[in-house]
Amino acid sequence: MSALTNPRARAWLGFALGAVVLFAAAPALLTDFRLSLLAKYLCFAIVAVGIGLAWGRGGLLTLGQGVFFGLGGYAMAMHLKLADAGEGNMPDFMELYGQLDELPSWWAPFANPVFALAATVLLPMLVAFGLGSLVFRRRVRGAYFAILSQALAAAMVILLIGQQGTTGGTNGLTDIEGFFGYDLDDPVNQRMVYFIIAGVLLALLALTRQLMNSRYGELLVAVRDSENRVRFLGYNPANVKLVAYVVAAGMAGLAGALFVPAVGIISPALIGIVPSIEFVIGVAVGGRAALLGPVLGAVAVAWAKTALSERFPGTWTYLQGAMFVLVVAFLPGGLASLWGMVKRRREAAPPAPESTERVLVKEVAA
Amino acid sequence: MSDAAGLCIRGLRVVFDGFVAVDGVDLDVAPGDIRFLIGPNGAGKTTLVDAVTGLVKASGSARFGEQELLGRDVHRIARLGVGRTFQTAALFEELTVLQNLDIAAGAGRSPWTMLRRRGAVPDDVAYALETIGLTERRDVLAGTLAHGQKQWLEIGMLLVQNARLLLLDEPVAGMSHEEREATGELLGRVAGDRTVVVIEHDMDFLRRFADTVTVLHAGKVLSEGTVAQVQADPKVQEVYLGHATDQDEPVSQGAEA
Repeated sequence: MSALTNPRARAWLGFALGAVVLFAAAPALLTDFRLSLLAKYLCFAIVAVGIGLAWGRGGLLTLGQGVFFGLGGYAMAMHLKLADAGEGNMPDFMELYGQLDELPSWWAPFANPVFALAATVLLPMLVAFGLGSLVFRRRVRGAYFAILSQALAAAMVILLIGQQGTTGGTNGLTDIEGFFGYDLDDPVNQRMVYFIIAGVLLALLALTRQLMNSRYGELLVAVRDSENRVRFLGYNPANVKLVAYVVAAGMAGLAGALFVPAVGIISPALIGIVPSIEFVIGVAVGGRAALLGPVLGAVAVAWAKTALSERFPGTWTYLQGAMFVLVVAFLPGGLASLWGMVKRRREAAPPAPESTERVLVKEVAA
Repeated sequence: MSDAAGLCIRGLRVVFDGFVAVDGVDLDVAPGDIRFLIGPNGAGKTTLVDAVTGLVKASGSARFGEQELLGRDVHRIARLGVGRTFQTAALFEELTVLQNLDIAAGAGRSPWTMLRRRGAVPDDVAYALETIGLTERRDVLAGTLAHGQKQWLEIGMLLVQNARLLLLDEPVAGMSHEEREATGELLGRVAGDRTVVVIEHDMDFLRRFADTVTVLHAGKVLSEGTVAQVQADPKVQEVYLGHATDQDEPVSQGAEA
């Protein structure tokens, strides 16, 4: 009983349960193919955790997380392509197009694994910091912020496609074979990649839980609900939002970086406007303000996409749209809010007397 | 804890698209004073508070103690010890009473403190809870409080914010008689070494709790003094008080400008 009511104990229980599902049940029950699909979904779930923080708690409709996902993904893929090619060689697609005599200077640092790994997280955070500083200080909000994010995602895709010689263009960076010395064709190594992704997801959930429960988390909700009031209390809301935005960008970047070894490709089609919106749909369906809502929503929507488009190709887009509309219209808190509704209904059953009794007891005691 | 400071406004002027809302107001509020600001609708009372707190751009000068307020950002002015409430309570409705107060108390906290969970209830927050009489209700969501309690929570937030100049915009509007009494007493208790400016329409409330009164009319100061002095002023009676002494919402007389 106490383990179910004490929030800290419940959190440990939840993490333990999550670990059992991700590390024991899933690998035991799923085929290698399904497990690699789950690895992909978990990458989307990592993006979703960040969106849950920035949008669910901070009210920032981040409709352009594909940009940060892409920055992390490309940073990782560039390193892996260079490692595949071997020292001193150019990646295969550059040789193929034959326009370049030597490696472009901005590719060179990514040969260093430490630099590349750091870049997968820090590069998106840096971009988010620069953009957020400009945007939040100018009090760009709501739909305008969302449109701006979308425009950024579109611009990044156009840039990548336009620079075919150095970015792989529409194809993106493909045929990635190795992952820090491990052959990605080997199912054992694929499984290792899955475990890394699951571990990162759990760690980021723990980090996000801490952020949400901290004083900062409370302040973030305050900024979401009444930005001006926060200002009159002596805080600069721009900084409060900036932190959530930068953290969410870092998570999206890390997710993109892990997506590359899990799926073996990163391309403009995976990071543009449509994928950016799909990230948000998963979060909305699951429940944006809850900790686990975004994760479950992202995995469920991605899974449904695979399952349904296998059977009814062409109708998925409509189903996805319908799902989004239904959730926004009838269940703004997402599926996660169903749990709260059930709980409230159950608590509503024994009526008020209990609480007045408690007040009386307190008064007598005092 | 800190010495009271006075508010000194000189030539304050606020213009919205050619419409002059506040037209060269001079206003001195002595340290520790409870000043009521009255006037018909559209007299520029709220706009004056907006200007002092940085919400709208204004020309002229508004000094609190040694500090010039005009031209600073809203949150910088707040950090100088200027706090305000709004006509409709502006609380964080999805947070608890305790969380509301804790946020109000925390503008000076270090990033490290911010990233951790709140441990015990800070002393100043506990004291404010006691002062506004919401200790028992500290864990309920602010959105579920009664109307009067919301306004008290707002005042409590100003206390923990350590505001030394309180600007209250119609704190008793819509309150029951008992709630007004309680609010008035709360004001008397918190005033102490603070300087308080109250915008209010309720004449009964004003007579009971005001130290001094300033009457605004069409963006200008019409009259100033003690309650008795202002009430005796024929100019005031003409535009305002004579028609509305015993009403909550006085009918404005040709002063909509």
